[in-house]
Amino acid sequence: MTVSIQLEVNGKPVQAAVEPRRLLVHFLREDLGLTGANIGCETSLCGACTVLVDGNAVKSCTMLAAQADGASVTTIEGLARNGELHPLQEGFWEKHGLQCGYCTPGMILSANYLLAQNPSPNDEEIREGLKGNICRCTGYHNIVEAVKYAAERMS
Amino acid sequence: MARVLGTSIKRREDPALITGRGKYTDDLKAEGMAHAAIVRSPYAHARIRGIDTSAAEALPGVLAVLTARDVAAAGIPGVVPVGWLLPDLKTPAHPMIAADTVRHVGDAVAVVVAEDRYIARDAADRVAVDYEPLDAVADVVAALEDGAPAVHEEAPGNVAFDWEIGEREPVDAAFASAAHTVELDLRNNRLIPHAIEPRAVLASYDSSTGEMTIHMTSQNPHVHRLLMTLASLGMPEHKVRIVAPEVGGGFGSKIHHYADEAIVGLCSMKLDRPVKWTATRTETNLTDAHGRDHSTRCALALDADGRITGLRVDTAAAMGAYLSTFAPAVPTYLYGTLMSGQYDIPAIHCHVTGVFTHTTPVDAYRGAGRPEATYVVERLMHLAGDATGLGPVEVRRRNFVSPDAFPYQTQVALAYDSGNYGPAMDRALEMIGYDDLRGEQASRRDNGAKQIGIGFSSYIEACGLAPSAVVGSLGAQAGQWESADVRVHPTASVTVYTGSSSHGQGHETTFSQIVADRLGIEPEAVEVIHGDTDLVQFGMGTYGSRSAAVGGSAIAKSVDKIIEKGKKIAAHLLEASAEDLEYEDGSFRVAGSPDRALGLGDVALQAYLAHNYPDDLEPGLSATSFYDPANFTYPFGTHVCVVEVDTETGTIELLRYAAVDDVGNVINPMIVDGQLHGGLAQGIGQALWENAVYDESGQLVSGSLMDYAVPKIHNLIPFELDRTTTPCPHNPLGVKGVGEAGAIASPAAVVNAVVDALSPFGIDHIDMPLTPEKVWRAVNS
Repeated sequence: MTVSIQLEVNGKPVQAAVEPRRLLVHFLREDLGLTGANIGCETSLCGACTVLVDGNAVKSCTMLAAQADGASVTTIEGLARNGELHPLQEGFWEKHGLQCGYCTPGMILSANYLLAQNPSPNDEEIREGLKGNICRCTGYHNIVEAVKYAAERMS
Repeated sequence: MARVLGTSIKRREDPALITGRGKYTDDLKAEGMAHAAIVRSPYAHARIRGIDTSAAEALPGVLAVLTARDVAAAGIPGVVPVGWLLPDLKTPAHPMIAADTVRHVGDAVAVVVAEDRYIARDAADRVAVDYEPLDAVADVVAALEDGAPAVHEEAPGNVAFDWEIGEREPVDAAFASAAHTVELDLRNNRLIPHAIEPRAVLASYDSSTGEMTIHMTSQNPHVHRLLMTLASLGMPEHKVRIVAPEVGGGFGSKIHHYADEAIVGLCSMKLDRPVKWTATRTETNLTDAHGRDHSTRCALALDADGRITGLRVDTAAAMGAYLSTFAPAVPTYLYGTLMSGQYDIPAIHCHVTGVFTHTTPVDAYRGAGRPEATYVVERLMHLAGDATGLGPVEVRRRNFVSPDAFPYQTQVALAYDSGNYGPAMDRALEMIGYDDLRGEQASRRDNGAKQIGIGFSSYIEACGLAPSAVVGSLGAQAGQWESADVRVHPTASVTVYTGSSSHGQGHETTFSQIVADRLGIEPEAVEVIHGDTDLVQFGMGTYGSRSAAVGGSAIAKSVDKIIEKGKKIAAHLLEASAEDLEYEDGSFRVAGSPDRALGLGDVALQAYLAHNYPDDLEPGLSATSFYDPANFTYPFGTHVCVVEVDTETGTIELLRYAAVDDVGNVINPMIVDGQLHGGLAQGIGQALWENAVYDESGQLVSGSLMDYAVPKIHNLIPFELDRTTTPCPHNPLGVKGVGEAGAIASPAAVVNAVVDALSPFGIDHIDMPLTPEKVWRAVNS
């Protein structure tokens, strides 16, 4: 049995028939080939799979593809516009906010949501806003710097 | 041109990773790819009475279900080997798939292959295994008690090895005549590495050629190929290609050869089509080699002046259910040899018992033995500061190996090549504002529940593994050199093929800086290739903070060979003598005649044209080097942690963390600082939150991120870093290595700080992790 869904992914309309149990992250990664969202756990804790669903940061391993029917989804692949990096992408590059890069797409999209809610967060607000995303490489020091860099660029 | 060594140029790795274009193993697809799911033991110890695979096989979309019988029928070696042998080491077989006995929760008993990953997992649930549960022992101390359940018949008393270093009698004499002694019983808590990318493999066998390509999460593809072909699959080494694409962190866990990757290889051979397997977090936590897990009794003897006269250490180190790849080396040659720390200690004895337990195997995890050694030495130094009345700073300073004593021969085999420990301590004290902090601490002592503590850790590590002959004499079944093939193309751009395989460290950026600096060209003109056994000559990989010191030195050596050859070509073209040529800023010049010069590009082109060329020289401009270091490298430093402990609730707040590290010359300061940040997070995580907990039946009760507390961003604080620079005297770059320093130094600094805060309560030790409950209980006992 499948259900048919229609949604927008990175600004483009998508139609598909999916198994009801298919996770959004598998739909994005395996059916659409958008492998930027990574899977780091199955308990909705690591945040590597974070995407934006209607502007909200969502862990796509705990949402069914069927639940995204009618939604607008943004993945890391859809963040750069017209070949120009998003200020958060620039910030992570400038400030060495990533090492292995596995958590980075989710971290950037969570930070994107944070800055949409609070365009000029202080250090504490950045740390509070990103606590749903785990990075094992950076010790988070430069992630805070990267988000501050982006916030300044975007203001 | 400007120098590029020592410059924080941005990483060339990042554009792909920040846009989602980087390809990790699970991102890869192959034509006809099937998916594997591995059936694992839910018991820590059980006999397998039978396995019924029929319900799984009946599920539409299932292609195969394999068990140990299929491994035996395939006529392959079918085992997972250990790569480091100690005298009298017990080496019971570790079968790829358990045949009649399972020995830890997560031990593989069957594998299902299906057309998609959902079906594979459904089918795995339908494999019915009839287990007869047996008594299990998960605790390292309990496993040594009389009558403990045996993990392997071949290892009576669960003893895998009994090892010692140093002399016992001089230590006994030192204690007999000591003015002060301090002693400690401690646990070094078991850790789960938690690379955020779980382990994954895509194996593609092609029966028409007999070749197999394996993409996998690997820190050392050539080592994996050797172990996979020799001990597990029995394939010819040259018929297997292992590729490590983007690798999402490792911290040691992706060094080791595991059963799972070999099982997936076997599935691909059986089905003659590509098969992919990606671990879930729970699976990766049950099967990635864990770290640490020591129980230690240790003691320090000092004379009336506070000078150390002897150190005694006795450790039981968990090996888990099987010996993982380098497991026996970790609590021995990477632990006992570090017991002199930064100190001149005349007598040391360290005894280690390796212990089988019904748990996931234990092997190298960031720091591997050296964090455990540093924890022993630096916890004892804290106690020694109290016992002698000298305090933590003076007792360390008084015992530092003097800067004029290098090379310094320790009593535990290592000879430190260089060091200057005082300045790092001085700088750390200055950064932290030590005297003011002590003043604030004193003012709070009788005033309220929140107490401040200041903790030190003056660490040494031995890294850059290291002379092959030495590690061979100690039991390594591998060399410890590194290789580099540097090819200058006819247009003077360069490709480097390195045996160091990156998994987040930024090798492509830093190695291009090494070549650019030495060759006087732009870093953009240098490409770096790694992580592919078909492209790269044999290499040992990335672990033990060795990539810059050993891999980078191999690159430097190759560049030097290219310059020497280039001089001969240039000399021929300039009608000069090669001895009179100098190479600087990308040009070969005749000394004293600045107008007689040829650029690297001119020489490179002539090297490939070979039209007008020296008779005794081969065409081409490339060089391969296998660099085998003369010694380990010895980074060191002093870290200071400041905490506030709420004595009413037991909660700990990190206030400051200052680290002064001496990692020798620095290639890219931004990357070096990033490595320290990450290591600090892992070491602080060990001290405060992380713990792999087994219950008495051998269940891993902290096997998911719900229960295992990996540090999150709001748990940590900004780190304050600085450096002193004492270059390594024996490698061409003067670099020492930085990947593990943070994880080595920080657990002791944090625990010392908390114990310092709690000193009014007479508390001199709490075992890691320092949870609020443990702190509260210590305060209230």
